[in-house]
Parts: sequence; structure tokens; C-alpha cells
Amino acid sequence: MSVIDPSLRYRRREQGLMLLLASPAVIVIVALVVIPVGWLMTQSVYDNGFTLEHYRRIFSEDIYWRSFTLTFRIALMVTVLTLILGYPVAYAAAHVKRPWDVLILSFVILPFWTSVLVRAYAWLVLLQRTGVTNQMLERFGLISEPLALVHNELGTVIATVHILLPFMVLPLYSTMQKIPRELMLAGASLGGGPLHTFLRVFLPLSLPGVVAGLTLVFVLTLGFYITPELLGGGRTIMISMVVSRNVELYNQWGAASAVGVVLLVAVIAVFALVGRIIPLDKMLGQK
Amino acid sequence: MAKSGGERVEIRSASKIYGSVRALDDVSLDIAPQEFVSLLGPSGSGKTTLLGILGGFIQPSAGTILFGGRDVTFTPPHKRDIGIVFQNYALFPHMSVGENVAFPLRARRLPKSTYAERVKAALAMVDLAGYEERGIGQLSGGQRQRVALARAMIFEPRLILMDEPLSALDKQLRETMQIELRQLHKRLGATIIYVTHDQREALTMSDRVAILKDGKLVQIDKPERLHDHPANAFVASFIGEATLLPVERLGGDSVSLGGAILRTSRPLPPQGDLVLAIQTEKLLIEDGTHSPERNRFSARVTDIVFQGESLRVFLALEDGTPLSLRQPSHYEAARRIPPIGETVQISLHPQDTIIVPKADG
Ligand SMILES: Nc1ncnc2c1ncn2[C@@H]1O[C@H](COP(=O)(O)OP(=O)(O)O)[C@@H](O)[C@H]1O
Ligand SMILES: [Mg+2]
Repeated sequence: MSVIDPSLRYRRREQGLMLLLASPAVIVIVALVVIPVGWLMTQSVYDNGFTLEHYRRIFSEDIYWRSFTLTFRIALMVTVLTLILGYPVAYAAAHVKRPWDVLILSFVILPFWTSVLVRAYAWLVLLQRTGVTNQMLERFGLISEPLALVHNELGTVIATVHILLPFMVLPLYSTMQKIPRELMLAGASLGGGPLHTFLRVFLPLSLPGVVAGLTLVFVLTLGFYITPELLGGGRTIMISMVVSRNVELYNQWGAASAVGVVLLVAVIAVFALVGRIIPLDKMLGQK
Repeated sequence: MAKSGGERVEIRSASKIYGSVRALDDVSLDIAPQEFVSLLGPSGSGKTTLLGILGGFIQPSAGTILFGGRDVTFTPPHKRDIGIVFQNYALFPHMSVGENVAFPLRARRLPKSTYAERVKAALAMVDLAGYEERGIGQLSGGQRQRVALARAMIFEPRLILMDEPLSALDKQLRETMQIELRQLHKRLGATIIYVTHDQREALTMSDRVAILKDGKLVQIDKPERLHDHPANAFVASFIGEATLLPVERLGGDSVSLGGAILRTSRPLPPQGDLVLAIQTEKLLIEDGTHSPERNRFSARVTDIVFQGESLRVFLALEDGTPLSLRQPSHYEAARRIPPIGETVQISLHPQDTIIVPKADG
């Protein structure tokens, strides 16, 4: 006679139900992530039959290497700059009284509603040789020659920082807002001066937001296309532009796919490395 | 841990105004060194505001705060050297128990070599020896409470403020902690100002209790005095388990309660409407054995509720005025309660016949 624990049967039924409920999400992920990535990987090793030629080219030709390092350098600069600019904004929004926080966040989110293309052109107008910025600086006698603010790496960084700032500010704000005010009062009452309490209490508790913001901005910058294309002046070839050229100019889907795969692997490697050094799961999972 | 000695605290005409709300209205209070004073009042009466002003988080709209004779009204919180235990403990969630407790030492840049020993001593004091490495998330409510206490005591403050520190604990643990806090107070010798809305807790723990209402200080007195000499109807209703009944002044030491004449051995308030405050435990069921000077009157039993160690008997006077008394549940006492609907003789001693002015003030 076999005895079946009724709670086990119940648990199995529950698991089945969970799986059923999760299935739409699973289908979406498979359709939008697994299939395209699988297709990308297949493409990257296919050129009238199996080949590693695309990968060999990436690792032997200088242009690819330069583009990869440039892309990661720009992503790093943009990430650090958005953090430096975004942290005080998020801090202010999380600390001021009611109408003001809404106002600050509106200013952060408002540019979201204009297209990236429009914003990139706007920066072009502001930063070009005869643009507003150079004219102002010249008028105040701060410079005699117009500065090269655009059509280079600098222009790309400036515009990208602007466009991605909300992706830093919003996760920071949502994390900071959840830090109980009492903790800061406790820090002060226990003898911690404002700086000490900030460094020992507020900053560590805001780190999950910092990590989320850094991750979002870094990954988004790696794939940026329109902004560097318009503001980079043809000299700042980021990896997305290499991909696009391979497809549009040379109709090289295989080569383009290989670049995409290498970028994907590189990103995963970077985060695995960062995760090794900083205990991300501990920071994100803490209560 | 060494006795730190208590701080004298003087609050002079402190007020705090938020827009049109007077959160604190001209409160003056002198607290002696090593005294345990509770601030008691209903929610919204200004307790947290007063504590915030003492802690330095809230700037008073008017008034002065003195610690040991020094004016600290504008001293920032981190320079006041007060240990504060917050309502929700406010433990730092990213630090271990040991790091939390060591925070005040670190903030004061004391030599690192002394931390371990002092943290150990502070944790031992609250019965948490060996908990240094635990995370805050692994602790129960009572343990968090103790960590918050250890953290507030480790720098041997002369003044400790507590804002409803036990309100999140269950009844049994709360009562245990009340006794522990009292003992801790004796050992530390610090001045403690303790906020609570639980009158029983305030009476149990304090040397004196300050009653607040609508931002005003209504009365500050020893627990027994509050119980026996409430300043007005509000205090009487807030302390103990009192029934308030309007009475008429008859002159001399007598009042009339729905026809029955009651004598009191305390002077009547000089003017205004009067209220009789009867504590449930002061009202006795007559069996002819009690002293003849007691005020006697009759009432009808309307309900009897068994509450464990005692029974609460609900009564109605002849004119329908409700009141109640508490009778111990042991056999001798319980059997004196007549069945519901019957009339019973009850009595109140003139010493327990507490007459207060109806209006606040
Ligand atoms: N920051 C504030 N802004 C406006 N009103 C406040 C503020 N803090 C407290 N109050 C008001 O002041 C009164 C006293 O509050 P509080 O001191 O918190 O009372 P308690 O701690 O006794 O419950 C309440 O009416 C409350 O609404
Ligand atoms: Mg309060």
C-alpha cells in the first residue's frame, strides 16, 4: 500500500499552477531574448557553412579593438559622470518637501518625452564652433578660439550623459527615498556629525541604487548609436556603429553578429568581475 | 559600566508652531539629575515634538532648553551627548549588532582598541552577550530593542531619551522590559525622559509623570499623586480606569450624585462645574462590614464580565447613569456580586471620592 503525503500532492499542484501562471512571461522572454540571441550566435559562425572567420577578424584587426576600447572608455566616463551629477540631484529630490521633489523629478524626466534625435541635434546647436556655448565663452573673454566641444569624444560624452541622466537619478531616488529619516537622526543623536553620518549610514544604504544606476547607464551607453553618430563627427566610432556599418555598407550580417556576441560576452565578463570584487547580491539583497 | 551621573534638564516656556497647529504650547518642566520622567498623553499631544526639541532635531518656535545649566537650545544633535532610543529602534540595517553599538564610539573618534571591550560590556548589560556578529535582520523585536538600548548607553550619556520604545513589543515582553529598564536606570544613574501613551507603563516606571494634552502640560506629579489628586477631569480620565460622573456642589464637603449625597475628605475645587472620578477598584459592594463613614448608594447590575484575575461589574444608578466596579475573582468576593438585574448597595470612601473641575485648566 502506498501512502501519499497529501501536503506533497498539494505542493505539486501549487507548483504546477505557478508554472502555468509564469508561462506568459516565459513565452515573452523566449520570443524576445532567447530566440534573437540564439539567431545572433548562429549568424556569427555562419558564412556559407560553419566558420570562425568573423571572430578571427575581430581579434586580429586593429579597428575592432580600437572601437571596443573606445566604447568601454566612453561608457565608463558617462557612467562616472552621471553618478557625480545624478547623486546630488537624487539626494535633493529625496530630502526636500512635497512640491519641490515633484518639481526636481519633473525636470529630470521631462527630456524623456523628447526624442533622442531631437536632443542630439539640440546639443549640436549648443556645442558647435559657432554655437551658443562658444559664443558665450568668447563674449566673456574666457577663450579666444572656439573650443572643439563637438564632433569628437567630448561631444558624445556630454550628450550621452544628458540623455542617460534619468536612468541614474531615478533608481538613486527610489533607493534614497526608502532610507528612513530616523536613521539619520539616530546617527546625529549618537554623536555622528553630518559628514560622518552621511558616509557611514546614508551612503552605504544608497549603494543598491548606485549599483542599479551604474549598471543601467553603463549597459545603455555601450549600445548607444544615434548620439555618437551625430555628435562624434565620424571619428568616434562606437561599437554599435561598427555593427551598423557591417550591415548597411557591407551587408555583412555574420560579421555584425559576431561583434554583437563579443560585446555581449564582454559585458557579462565585466559584471562577473565587478560582482567578484563588490558583493552585489549582498548589497542588493540586504534588508 | 561606570555610573555617568544624571543631567539636570530645564525646559523653559518651550513652544512649537506648525502653521496653525500649536504642537507644543508654552511648556515648562524641570527635571532633576537621575530622575525618570515620563511624558504621557494621547496621540498628537506633542510628546514627540518635545522629545525632538530636547534631542535637537526640532527647533522650538520659542523657549529655552538648559542641560545642567547650559543653554543648548541651538546646539546641534550630535553635540548634545544624549542617548536616544527611537520608536522603531532606528538600528542601522547594514551594520552588525557590534557595529551598531560601536557607532557612538566611532563617531567620537575614540581609540579603536577600546571598542571591543566596551561593546562587549554594553551588550552584556542588556543580556545580549556574544551577539556582536549578528545581523540586525536576524534579531527579534525584543532583541532589537535591547541593541538600541546598548547603542544609546555605550557612550555613558547623562541623559537618555526614549520615544515609545516598547510600543512594538507584545504585552508580556513589554512588562519584562519595563522592569529591566527600571533596573538599568538605577545602575546607570542617568536622567531618563520616556515618552509613552500607555498610562500603566508611565505609572510603573517613572519617578514623575508629565501629562500632555494638545501641546500643553496639564500636570506633572508622582504616580500616586496623579492617581489621587488629578488636576482635572482629563487627567482623571487618563489615569487608571476611571468613570467620570457630573455632580452638583452642595456646599461644604458634599456633592450630590443623582440624588445620593457624597462626602469627600478633600477640599472641593473653589468654582465651576464638578466631576466625580471613580476608579473601578475603589468602589466596593457593601456587605455591612465596611467602615460607617463610607458614601453609600444603590445601583442596578447591568452586566458582569469575567476578565481573569477580576470581574468587571457594570452598574446603572437610579437615573440610569452608568458606572462600573472591579471585583477580585476569588470566591469570597465574586459571590457578593448579585445576578444581572438585581439592585446592589455600593460604597466609596471619602478619601477615594475624588472631585475635579470639569473644565481643563
Ligand atoms: N512636521 C510637522 N508638521 C506639521 N504638524 C506637525 C509636525 N509634527 C507634528 N505635527 C503636529 O503636532 C502635533 C503634535 O505631534 P506629536 O508631537 O508627534 O504628537 P505625539 O508624539 O504626542 O503623538 C500633532 O497635531 C501633529 O499633527
Ligand atoms: Mg509620537
